Amino acid sequence: MDLPVVLQLLDSSVRLAAPLLLACLAGLYSERAGIFDIGLEGKMLAAAFVAAATSAYTGSAWFGLLGGMAASILLALVHGLASITLRGNQLISGVAINFLASGMTALIGQSLFGLGGQTPQLDGPQRFGALTLPLAETLHGVPVLGPIWSDLVSGHNLLVYVAFLAVPATWWVLYRTRFGLRLRAVGENPAAVDTAGVSVVRLRYGAVVIAGVLCGIAGAYLSTAMSAGFIRDMTAGKGFIALAALIFAKWRPWPALFACLLFGLLEAVGIRYQGIRIGDFAVPVQLMQALPYVLTVVILAGFVGRAIPPRAGGRPYVKER
Amino acid sequence: MTLAKTLVAAATLVAATTAAQAQDANPAVIFDRGGKFDKSFNQASYEGAERFKTETGIGYAEFEIQQDAQREQALRRFAERGHNPVVVAGFSNETAMQTVAQEFPETQFAIIDAVVDQPNVRSVIFNEHEGSYLVGVLAAMASKSGKVGFVGGMDIPLIQKFACGYVQGVKATDPDAEVFQNMTGNTPEAWNDQARGAEITRSQIDRGADVVYHAAGGTGIGVLQAAADAGVYGIGVDSNQNYLHPGHVLTSMLKRVDNAVYDALADSNNGEWTSGVYVMGLKEDGVGWALDENNAALITDEMKAAAETAREKIISGEIKVHDYTTDGSCPVS
Repeated sequence: MDLPVVLQLLDSSVRLAAPLLLACLAGLYSERAGIFDIGLEGKMLAAAFVAAATSAYTGSAWFGLLGGMAASILLALVHGLASITLRGNQLISGVAINFLASGMTALIGQSLFGLGGQTPQLDGPQRFGALTLPLAETLHGVPVLGPIWSDLVSGHNLLVYVAFLAVPATWWVLYRTRFGLRLRAVGENPAAVDTAGVSVVRLRYGAVVIAGVLCGIAGAYLSTAMSAGFIRDMTAGKGFIALAALIFAKWRPWPALFACLLFGLLEAVGIRYQGIRIGDFAVPVQLMQALPYVLTVVILAGFVGRAIPPRAGGRPYVKER
Repeated sequence: MTLAKTLVAAATLVAATTAAQAQDANPAVIFDRGGKFDKSFNQASYEGAERFKTETGIGYAEFEIQQDAQREQALRRFAERGHNPVVVAGFSNETAMQTVAQEFPETQFAIIDAVVDQPNVRSVIFNEHEGSYLVGVLAAMASKSGKVGFVGGMDIPLIQKFACGYVQGVKATDPDAEVFQNMTGNTPEAWNDQARGAEITRSQIDRGADVVYHAAGGTGIGVLQAAADAGVYGIGVDSNQNYLHPGHVLTSMLKRVDNAVYDALADSNNGEWTSGVYVMGLKEDGVGWALDENNAALITDEMKAAAETAREKIISGEIKVHDYTTDGSCPVS
């Protein structure tokens, strides 16, 4: 394997990892605050639809992004209302959101556009196009580093950079700010936070809304950057893969980055290496396609060790009287 | 999720059948997964049904299959309600058709892309390898890099048949050409995964392919999009997809599913129904390649002539295009 091939693989992994990463960080905020979030998938799907629809009507991917974030935040608030204010079961609320998003997007899409739940194809300013970073052209001739900069780092769309910058930002927020400290505390021991005079409810709503924003970006990425338009159920389980990555990363931002990149890489390998031959033996396509999942199981079962979720996760907080 | 989907689907089915009961002549059409707006295979059958509706004023009941369990259910339900004929597009319905056609010997069934040997079933299959051969010829002539790609949907013999015909056409024109072949997946989800289709296409383009042919239903929209984004050519399938990205879709391999659906509905309506196996090849105009104002500038006279020659030679039998499904293997790759 030579350098260009490796770079193409990594390039592909970056594109595939970006939505996973955003959703994974969304889950991280929410779960670190003690709110399990099965509804990542639904929020992404709703955001993908609204982003594509808004973009199709207004002609601007930016409005699409805002619309997608709004839709996702709305669903996040529903989840918050059910699980924080009304103290319902967080898993059930999340599952309900997934159903709601899957059905509503198809229904509204059909009544708006009459294309069987799809939105029209987007092009030009209705999508986030590739950005060329400064010096990409000039540095291309430099050995090794040149191609890495111009092929791997440069040339993605804006939302990919947002996804990757969200990792250090999340790390900083969680471990270097007062809000982050309280957020982590509220997921471990909400009673202590409450005793210190900080509102558990407000903190948890904050976390849930941040999760909504991130899922909104992830959804907009799927429909207005990665592909050009919404199709029914286009998230295709990415929300759940993001959850797996979150557990794999033990609810920490930097490991989340590596977990998502790994999942992206596995998928990229599965896509690229089909129909290869070792001597006279043709490796079946099915094997290559199953490989990411097999490796996922092996990695999760064998190398992660014990993953301990935030202690107060999944339990609604009831103030003592 | 499954339960909810089933309920929704059942409700749709009931609604669809009740609506159609009001009419006397009541054909029914079942669309396969991917949906009737996949801009490809199912849309072609939808257009055939719509043409019948416009011309005769006779409406039809319809159902879109969401999951495999519904195949038999939908067929049986339509037959029970007295719909006649019942037209189904999609090879996956073969087993369901086999069962249900026996239960309702009076009902006229038509199935596309599969052969069901029952006295009341009309099976329509296409010589996709012949049409694919022609677009392979065009792809090889349009490619500057000498590398072209193929993206299939679900990994099944039918799609291998497309791939094999395509490769033969490419190699016949340019023996040194390299063809990258990828399948999207092994499950019916592979018909509707644009993002994956786009990613596969990008990986082929990264390796140097500058013409990519897809036979992947709804997934193909992502394939054509990725090709257009990268400034290379895509080739559409089943329906004429040239209009999707004018200037970036080299041509489309036409599979006249619309005619097959239309004929089935019309023949039944006119009392000219015949059962049996119909093979639609180049000779019968069942397959072909699309030339319209969207791709006129991309097809040179030379290419047009080469495709036309190949077409005539295939019809006359001078060129034999190997059919993958006959022996499960392809002589070239």
